[in-house]
Amino acid sequence: MSGRRVVVTGLEVLAPGGLGLKSFWDLISEGRTATRRITFFDPSPFRSQVAAEIDFDPEAYGLSPQEIRRMDRAAQLAVVTARGAVTASGVDLAEADPHRVGVTVGSAVGATMGLDQEYRVVSDGGRLHLVDPAYAVPHLYNYLVPSSFAAEVAWAVGAEGPALVVSTGCTSGIDAVGYAVDLIREGSADIMVAGASDAPISPITVACFDAIKATTPRNDDPEHASRPFDGTRDGFVLGEGAAMFVLEELESARRRGAYVYAEIAGYATRSNAYHMTGLRPDGAEMAEAIRVALAEARLNPDKVDYVNAHGSGTKQNDRHETAAFKRSLGEHAYRTPVSSIKSMIGHSLGAIGSIEIAASVLAMENGVVPPTANLHTPDPECDLDYVPLVARDWKVDAVLSVGSGFGGFQSAMVLARPERSAR
Amino acid sequence: MTAAVVTGLGVTAPNGLGAEAYWRATLSGTSGIARITHFDPGRYPARLAGEVKGFEAKEHLSSRLLPQTDRMTRLALVAADWALADAAVRPKDLPEFDMGVVTASSSGGFEFGQGELANLWSRGGQYVSAYQSFAWFYAVNSGQISIRHGMKGPSGVVVSDQAGGLDAVAQARRQIRKGTRIVLTGAVDACICPWGWVAQLASGQLSTSDDPARAYLPFDRAAHGYVPGEGGAILVLESAESARDRGVRVYAEVAGYAATFDPKPGLGREPGLRRAIGLALAEARVPPGEVDVVFADAAGIPELDRVEAEAVTAVFGPRGVPVTAPKTMTGRMYSGAAPLDLAAALLAMDTGLAPPTVNVDPSPKYGLDLVVGEPRRIRSRTALVLARGHGGFNSALLLRNPNT
Repeated sequence: MSGRRVVVTGLEVLAPGGLGLKSFWDLISEGRTATRRITFFDPSPFRSQVAAEIDFDPEAYGLSPQEIRRMDRAAQLAVVTARGAVTASGVDLAEADPHRVGVTVGSAVGATMGLDQEYRVVSDGGRLHLVDPAYAVPHLYNYLVPSSFAAEVAWAVGAEGPALVVSTGCTSGIDAVGYAVDLIREGSADIMVAGASDAPISPITVACFDAIKATTPRNDDPEHASRPFDGTRDGFVLGEGAAMFVLEELESARRRGAYVYAEIAGYATRSNAYHMTGLRPDGAEMAEAIRVALAEARLNPDKVDYVNAHGSGTKQNDRHETAAFKRSLGEHAYRTPVSSIKSMIGHSLGAIGSIEIAASVLAMENGVVPPTANLHTPDPECDLDYVPLVARDWKVDAVLSVGSGFGGFQSAMVLARPERSAR
Repeated sequence: MTAAVVTGLGVTAPNGLGAEAYWRATLSGTSGIARITHFDPGRYPARLAGEVKGFEAKEHLSSRLLPQTDRMTRLALVAADWALADAAVRPKDLPEFDMGVVTASSSGGFEFGQGELANLWSRGGQYVSAYQSFAWFYAVNSGQISIRHGMKGPSGVVVSDQAGGLDAVAQARRQIRKGTRIVLTGAVDACICPWGWVAQLASGQLSTSDDPARAYLPFDRAAHGYVPGEGGAILVLESAESARDRGVRVYAEVAGYAATFDPKPGLGREPGLRRAIGLALAEARVPPGEVDVVFADAAGIPELDRVEAEAVTAVFGPRGVPVTAPKTMTGRMYSGAAPLDLAAALLAMDTGLAPPTVNVDPSPKYGLDLVVGEPRRIRSRTALVLARGHGGFNSALLLRNPNT
């Protein structure tokens, strides 16, 4: 790989309970939770009735009526956060060469919300096998193939370089950023608008996670339903959201006097080749991804100041991941703070990896590690320092952020303060 | 930099199962486009498709896999098996972290999704399959292939509509350049179910002809839309060193690639395809005069045909290079289309024969030297494959014969 180093110069987040970067950080650093009983539809027929929803008004974010009509909610979130990230970066894309600006958008389930709604209509409530095209919305093709998300973001920011959607299940949000980093390093683009978005809170998604008991049935206590690493955890809480970044080559960012939030110093992904939804308890493949990402960042494991965990709150994930940290970081795994912001904003599938990268950047910025909310009951198999309940003041120069997903994907990204990585 | 070479092909196409049957059909101009049989298309304005015929999943896959897989995943798993066999790769003999899987998808397991949406809305949430959580999603083929063969190296999934098939191969090449030895790549899509059909109809680009010989006519004056197909190809991409060490035959090197995105509609600027071609050739350091054949995207929509013809003639000159579109025999297969074109290009380089574009009477206004009628003898140094996705995605990939 060439010597081009890639840094974050702008970011924006739309997450449950926190629209915009500041309210997102306030929420997670104060340990508040945004999980609640589902309001988007009547959840009473379902096993899990809890979700982390966003109160999002696309018109308030400047989307036009036609943009709103043609875009699934996840595409809307992607476009709004992409524009926000560009604004935050201060880069003038009208002055940039559009051919050198690219887009990657991570999404696990694409336009599942729009597809669920539209299917219900064209099938007349599931009755018609030969569904009726007369009732199809004109933009249904955009829902069918979610590369429309990347197209919308490219149009919104004026990008004409490489553009695509990365869809590796629940690691999409890390992998989309990793893909963008590779494009800058290899010289295919100078600026990437990259991140991820998912809006999966629809009956079909709730039903499919019910079917495998992956989501929590703690319906009587929605605010405390997401319990990563807690001994009483019983499944994840479905969420939605988006985070997008402006990524640039370090020297060009410095030349234009940009504020540099962080360097993406290392990234790797591996597969467990084991099961579409199951995890072996040893965490060997996630550990390998971490090992390779740290090597790429030329960072010793004991220099990891904070681990932003996948921490979904399923029995198997939190055990798997804890084992992976021990395997890759050794004794340091016990010394470094580890936390899961999914305890507060739920699990937004493909989007969460990017939202967690944003949280990692903000942890460095603020010198604060966000906590794991709802962690009261120890689990002997989860015996690391998960920063229970309350945020911690902590000098953070390097963060490891990881993800694990259906399909067996395991991804790891290392973020570092640019000063530290000035070698 | 480590060269990435193709050492194996697995093909599931509407006009042939397996690379050999596909190539025989393709050289002889045999089309797989016909009236839809997967469902009764009578009530829909478009009724033709390129369906993969004679595929019995249970002949190839265990009974455990069948209830948890969409048709596109079954086809992909079999194509992957065939590609590995063709490359003489036995995954069990190789370090598991040295093998990855990077595929493209356009619509995921949409037919599986229709079945579960029907269960949800007609019967209730408790009737939704436990497999719905992954059987329909875009990452399923990479996941299932990696599990089947114990491949733990870097994997991935890209979605860029029909351009995705080339983007996946390019991403596989990135992983090989970073040190992974073998990556299974390519794509298989299958979306010929009523729900998928209605979603495709919404694009307004499907041919409504009932005559399989007159329905999909790229670069013809009578072009009026495209016919969808299903299937695709999985390739074994491997580092040149690994292929040499194993002593296996090399089809070609992935020598150049680029992806671009069109300017937002209405800006009046040139679309990005010409730039993608130029960047791919520049990366490979191959001048236009050394490109022996171009496999066109061949949209079959007059405006898009014009854009492609202008890009090709801008780079190669009027009638400057043989251009062909064997997808006139399969229909447009979404992310599966470009990997199938790569397979055709590799076989064309192997045999020195460019397959024909069928049914098309080339319009002279496009200035393309379209291969029609019989296959044409070509030199086998290089082949360029083009692919475009709905919304403005452009990708170009150059294959180079390592023996010339």
